[in-house]
Amino acid sequence: MASSETLTSQGYIQHHLTNLTLGWHPEHGLSFAHTSAEAAEMGFWAINVDTMFFSILLGSIFLWFFKGVAERVTAGVPNGAQNFVEWIVDFVEENVRGSFSHKNDMVAPLALTIFAWVFLMNLMDLVPVDLIPHLFAQLFATLGADPHHVYLKVVPTTDPNATFGMALMVFIMVLYYSIKMKGLGGFLGELTLQPFGKWGMPANLILEGISLLSKPVSLALRLFGNMYAGEMIFILIALLYGGGMILAGTAGVLQFVWAVFHILIITLQAFIFMVLTIVYLDMAHQEHH
Amino acid sequence: MNINLTLFAQMITFAVFVGFCMKYIWPPIVKALAERKAKIAEGLAAAERGHQEKALGEQRALELMKEAKTNAAEIVGQAQKRATDIVEEAKSDARSEGERLVAAAKAEIERETNRAREELREKVATLAIAAAEKILQKEIDVAAHRSIVDDFAKQL
Repeated sequence: MASSETLTSQGYIQHHLTNLTLGWHPEHGLSFAHTSAEAAEMGFWAINVDTMFFSILLGSIFLWFFKGVAERVTAGVPNGAQNFVEWIVDFVEENVRGSFSHKNDMVAPLALTIFAWVFLMNLMDLVPVDLIPHLFAQLFATLGADPHHVYLKVVPTTDPNATFGMALMVFIMVLYYSIKMKGLGGFLGELTLQPFGKWGMPANLILEGISLLSKPVSLALRLFGNMYAGEMIFILIALLYGGGMILAGTAGVLQFVWAVFHILIITLQAFIFMVLTIVYLDMAHQEHH
Repeated sequence: MNINLTLFAQMITFAVFVGFCMKYIWPPIVKALAERKAKIAEGLAAAERGHQEKALGEQRALELMKEAKTNAAEIVGQAQKRATDIVEEAKSDARSEGERLVAAAKAEIERETNRAREELREKVATLAIAAAEKILQKEIDVAAHRSIVDDFAKQL
């Protein structure tokens, strides 16, 4: 376990995959979890401080930067920052126009927020895996805590709470607009009266229910799975550094190659999350016959 | 890796971010983009109009130039004609003036000649008479021969 003083590979990996959890422990009261087991014992009423901190920080950076540009925005010749922002806004707007065929002023800003926020959170994956957690642990060590029990996960999208949080909000919006556009009856009819007609109602409900529920689950798990796996590979590569000169050299090369490849994954996952959100909302607005 | 309160916190965070973006970020940027689009369209239309106007102006200028050229040619032709006319007039004037001067001179000469001839005639008559007197004082009576001399003088 991570609590042993000698650092094993297993312990190292586990250490990296544990969130900094603040919660009410049945024995220790309100505290940070010292092990992942303790975090589990806290049950639902605990909060992953690292996920919250980094996601809010990154989201605020995004909003601050874009707000700064939006305040000084000009229809004349744009400066560098505005050019960059316009490029992203144009890109998002083009995607919304391409996939969303109804009138809703909320979808485009939603898509922009998802794309930028998810991208920034994924981008944290490119920060060397040990850098921020190590500095953080050192900081806590000076405050008298055992650095081995100070956990920190830097990439919020490797926490299912973050990805499911977004996916559930999207799901709520899908439900809201489905009912708003088609009425409750229309929505229920859509769930129960197709594809087999009214005599196949149970089968219809099962099929349509699964397809409806699979939307948020696939949305959340796709992003989480990709980022978790990517993070895991970075951790495994980092393990090689401890294996002598040759392995360390190989690790350096591997880490670089994987980081370059990961840039693609990061952008792609942010893009997929955005596009699927747009598509799901488009489907929610669509009348079926 | 546990699902816990973070899930709801993230949902709220996400909703707040989307709301903020929707209220403060998206509208001004999209508005500026639309404005720029309109501006560019306007500029392009103005350029197109300018092009047409330029073509029209060029055509008009060409017409004006052609007109001016014909006008100028006409004026030059008229001027040339007038010049030849003036020269001709001057020539004929000079000729007639010259003729008049010559005629006047001729008449003057005639008059002078006649006057000189008359004077000479009188002087010759007096001289002849004086000579004849001198001769005739000796031989002939003046009264008797006066008529003969006068007849002779008249033949001059």
